[in-house]
Amino acid sequence: MRSNRLGWLLLSPSLIVLFIVGFLPFLYVIWVGFHDWNIFAATRGMSWAGANNYRRLVFDQDFLAALWRTLVFTFTVVTSELVLGFVLAQTLTRQFPGRAFFRTIYVLPLVVAPIAVGATWRLMVIPGFGPIPYFLERWFGIQYRIGTYAEHAWATAVLMDIWHWTPFVTLTLLAGLSAIPREPLEQAMVDGANRWQVFRYITIPMMMPVILTVVFIRIMDALRVVDEVYMLTNGGPGTATTLIGLHIFRVVFPKTDYGYGSAMSLLVLYVTIVMCWLLFVALANVGKQKA
Amino acid sequence: MKTARWRKMLGWIGLYALWIALTLFTVLPIYWMFVVSSRSRVQLFDAPTLLIRSFYIQNYTGPLSDPVFQRYLLNSLYIAVGNALLVTVLALFATYALSRWRLPGADNIFFWTITNRMAPPAAFLLPLFLLYTQVFRIGNWTLFDTQIGLILLYCVFNLPFAIWLMKGIMDGIPVEIDEAAMVDGASQWTVLWRVIVPLAAPGLAITFILSLIFAWNEYLFAATLTSVNARTITTGLAEFVTVTGTNWGQMAAVATISILPALIFLVFVQRYIVTGLTFGAVKE
Repeated sequence: MRSNRLGWLLLSPSLIVLFIVGFLPFLYVIWVGFHDWNIFAATRGMSWAGANNYRRLVFDQDFLAALWRTLVFTFTVVTSELVLGFVLAQTLTRQFPGRAFFRTIYVLPLVVAPIAVGATWRLMVIPGFGPIPYFLERWFGIQYRIGTYAEHAWATAVLMDIWHWTPFVTLTLLAGLSAIPREPLEQAMVDGANRWQVFRYITIPMMMPVILTVVFIRIMDALRVVDEVYMLTNGGPGTATTLIGLHIFRVVFPKTDYGYGSAMSLLVLYVTIVMCWLLFVALANVGKQKA
Repeated sequence: MKTARWRKMLGWIGLYALWIALTLFTVLPIYWMFVVSSRSRVQLFDAPTLLIRSFYIQNYTGPLSDPVFQRYLLNSLYIAVGNALLVTVLALFATYALSRWRLPGADNIFFWTITNRMAPPAAFLLPLFLLYTQVFRIGNWTLFDTQIGLILLYCVFNLPFAIWLMKGIMDGIPVEIDEAAMVDGASQWTVLWRVIVPLAAPGLAITFILSLIFAWNEYLFAATLTSVNARTITTGLAEFVTVTGTNWGQMAAVATISILPALIFLVFVQRYIVTGLTFGAVKE
């Protein structure tokens, strides 16, 4: 007979750790968000502020701009990675000599520290010795300056994210593709469906759960990008690449305006949860249709 | 007949061209970083070339002989290994419990763990900073700027994924095996160590390595929750850029050192990385 006491005893260390470093900060940020608290202000302690911080937040242009930028960034990279990943996953469904080698190399960006990813791409685009600006100028006469032109900084950040995460999307979709039974595809071909029709009406619907899982994880991760972009552009030029996480890290955090910062953190959390929840509903619906 | 063969040939050529190009695209930025790390300040501004003619070893020996940098490196090592050990042991216990007991509410707990991983770190910077500097304190001692502080913190990201990864492995070990051992008089504790651990060893190794890599790679919290004593190599890397007149060669050398664990373990983890990153939702 297994006693439940031992079960809980084994489970409790994990729960205690997650409670202390995961759940407690969550409760704490809610609490601080309703207070005025700035250790460099005249009154150093906390004082109740009600919803004042949130009222300030909805008129904070910098915050709203950073949030909007993050949403655009997320949409751009996730869409690109999904399309690219799907095409690349298709090419890997066949066995061919060298496939294992290509795959191993291709996984590399996934395990490199994000801060080092930012460093490598920065070295690629530094005017003066980075190869990208050098060859763009030499061959096309384009002055590529990520420190000066907002579009260049933005394009580099997007390219970097695609470099970093397309492998993950590709391999996950590949795992999904490999799990699709072959019979419906072959049957459809026999019945005279062309490749596009098979792809559109059989492959895509059968892949939907995997596609949504990938999109879910990618959206979560793209919304929280900080390290890479911090290292690449430090959010510049101006605020052109200041995503929301970077905004909190670089602008809000050093100001020691804890109450306001907490309110902002909570709102970011809320936006993430809402987006994930919307996707989750979509995921559940697709699951139901399949059953 | 002949055209069909030609088309097939072209298909193969296209496939290889695509994957060779992709491999180059993947490797190029990292290789370029290595090239930069081999050059002195003067050589840097020569026309970009991928050849390494001479190796400016001072870029490596400089930081490696600097006591501050040595401490960063050691801290990273302690924290990554400490966190990976803690996460693996905790996940082993937790998934053994989740897999072998019917605990009331266990399913909800299982899903709750993952919400920890979903949270955007930036949203937790401020509360964690405040908790670490002001709330979690015993006398003058706080979790701020300690290795144990970061080891505990990285559980927020690593433990959920470890639990999800290990749960699948644990469920894959037939209960009949532990029951047979228990009929022979083994306690549950003995079953865990003598039966489950050996069978789950590959999964435990993967959990350990992936946790190690993720903990080693983390920057944001390491930068905000430490000041001097517990700084890690990722924060050291970022410090290179903030100072005016960046020494790019040294920065590239430090970046190269910082990706070594990833390179060493790449071959081991590449088959499991998808399972790990999708919390076991997608298996290969």
